[in-house]
Amino acid sequence: MRWVVPEAEHMSEGTLGCQGCGGALSMRLVLKEVGRDAVGVIPACCWSIIDGPWPTHALDIPILHTAFETAAVVAAGVKAAKTIQGKDTTVIAWAGDGGTFDIGLQALSGAAERNEDILFICYDNEAYMNTGIQRSSATPIGTWTTTTPDQRPEARPKKDIMGIIAAHRIPYAATATAAYPEDLERKVKTAVQAKGGMRFLHLLSACPPGWKMEAYQTIEVMRRAVRSKVFPLYEIRDGRDYTITHWPDEIDVEDYFELQGRFKSLLEDEDMLGFVKGNVEERWQTLLGRHRRSHPEEVIPAL
Amino acid sequence: MPERLLLTGNHAAAYGAMLSRAEVISAYPITPQTMIVELLSELTASGRLAAKFITVESEHSAMAACVGASAAGARAYTATSGQGLALMHEMLHWSVGARLPIVLTNVSRAMAPGWSIWSDQSDILSQRDVGWMMLFAESVQEAQDFILWSYRVAEQVFLPGMVGMDAFILSHTAEPLIVHDQAAVDAYLPKFEPLYSLDPAEPRAYGGLVNRDHYFEMRYKIYENMERAEDLLVQAGEEFGEVLGHKYEILEEYMLDDADYVVVSAGAMTSNIRQSVREMRNKGVRVGLLRVIAFRPFPVERVRKILGGRKKVAVLDRNMSAGHSGIFAEEIRSALFGQPDAPPIFGYVLGIGGRDVRVETGVEVIEDVIQREDAEMALFVGVKGLPIGPVRLDYQIRKLEPLEVAP
Repeated sequence: MRWVVPEAEHMSEGTLGCQGCGGALSMRLVLKEVGRDAVGVIPACCWSIIDGPWPTHALDIPILHTAFETAAVVAAGVKAAKTIQGKDTTVIAWAGDGGTFDIGLQALSGAAERNEDILFICYDNEAYMNTGIQRSSATPIGTWTTTTPDQRPEARPKKDIMGIIAAHRIPYAATATAAYPEDLERKVKTAVQAKGGMRFLHLLSACPPGWKMEAYQTIEVMRRAVRSKVFPLYEIRDGRDYTITHWPDEIDVEDYFELQGRFKSLLEDEDMLGFVKGNVEERWQTLLGRHRRSHPEEVIPAL
Repeated sequence: MPERLLLTGNHAAAYGAMLSRAEVISAYPITPQTMIVELLSELTASGRLAAKFITVESEHSAMAACVGASAAGARAYTATSGQGLALMHEMLHWSVGARLPIVLTNVSRAMAPGWSIWSDQSDILSQRDVGWMMLFAESVQEAQDFILWSYRVAEQVFLPGMVGMDAFILSHTAEPLIVHDQAAVDAYLPKFEPLYSLDPAEPRAYGGLVNRDHYFEMRYKIYENMERAEDLLVQAGEEFGEVLGHKYEILEEYMLDDADYVVVSAGAMTSNIRQSVREMRNKGVRVGLLRVIAFRPFPVERVRKILGGRKKVAVLDRNMSAGHSGIFAEEIRSALFGQPDAPPIFGYVLGIGGRDVRVETGVEVIEDVIQREDAEMALFVGVKGLPIGPVRLDYQIRKLEPLEVAP
């Protein structure tokens, strides 16, 4: 495969991210493609810390820190000002799963419905990691967190944020992960170029402390999430046209779970594990069906 | 050329935002403010005002959009009321900490429950400590002009400012309004020159993590600039007179020269109180009026000078802080505390939830304060037809009827 990741770096070394932080790696890769003519808006999330305390700053673009629930609308405000000033700057809202799925959902839905000319990126580490690993509505079923302990693990499936976003009929939405950088860069490029409306990227971002895994396995874990169909890579145009951009090679869901301590009780509970596997397969089949409807002529790889 | 129109307070506020050449407006409808948003939508849609209008999904987002726009260097405006202002609270703090000179109009409305859209200043006064400048308008003209006045100072001290206007009594009442000549307004209020504007050529981080070695200093600077704001408001009020023909002051003194008794009031009810004072003057009572226009910064020294040595002061509050008193009364008491010539301060709570404050109400209060001996914290005017007095714990407003149990 041709190496399409730009060489330019727009993130300094020595950020405050934990070892193996998927969120820090995601930012680094995204900025490679976005370049310098951009503004970032960051609500309360791990990146409030990772960027470093005042007066330090780790990125080549200006960042406006804002309140937890406001990433999308503050970005819309920044974009409105830039537009009035005749500038074509890309405005990025960069939020964690809490600031996207939970507390940020209202402002996100408002911005998506108005089709604001912003790029909203959610780096999803599947819990409130910055406050010390509490469950969010992005936490998958069967997961341990400090508010869903092993005796009573997360009981509900992960919220389908892509479905919610698709329902807003925005021009472009995609899932991606830093473990597949070529796929990620292409999607960032597509999103940046799709100016004039709302764009949304959902990036699975491993969190070694929160996922109870080894820091050196970040890439491997995120790869297994894709290969096991737990986190398929796809894009949605205009909320209707679905394209799967990387075909999973059918490793078992357990192969993904076993690298992470947060799924320990799930792996010990056969009934629950069966339910979770069924859930993953059902979601995959739904996605596959949508892909087929959008690409009726295409031959689907044998899985 | 200036234009003379007959407009409501709400439409005057929209004209104020237009004359200020607000560049980004973001707002959410709420009675009784909605007319401001509607007119601004028309003005931006027709191109009369070259602004981006963001029709957000909540007041919290309205202020958040203003924060983003102002941080990126645009002049930002919004308007709200009651519950909306309460919902904005977090972002009101944010705009202060981020030092963004946003201006908003708040049409003061009673807080729910029960649902009430009527006049009551508890909403705006609940935001007393967020660090916004606060001006209280009395007339349609002021509803427009105070927006220009606020921007003029806000953009010098990099603190936001809100203009309070009373629900219906001012927001929906039509009065003659001078819409100033745009060129003259431009001379008074030139284009906003931000210190920083999220410029990719200068990539910095704004509003991020601050350790204990700097946060206090950042807050200190907010205090320092609010202190500067008082004299700047006075100066900008004078400049308003020079450039736009009417001088504004942060305190209005009316018939105070020889006054033994002073009534303190703010907002639209002051028009009636002024008449009450005139009527009592006609009866030979040496009474005057102090209208508080700037509430933040609170003009402590000026208030001391004006009220020092008087016989009695009656403070009218269309709001209350349960467990203490009316909020203006608190502020006046606090300003005068320990002053050798401090008069007794009588707090009067009235007009809550839009109950009428008539000329007769003002007369009643003045007559009450003259004969009353103890300077009570909160004297309630017109609750269930009771005579003016403090809360009477042993007195039930309405006796509860025993429930009739069906056989």
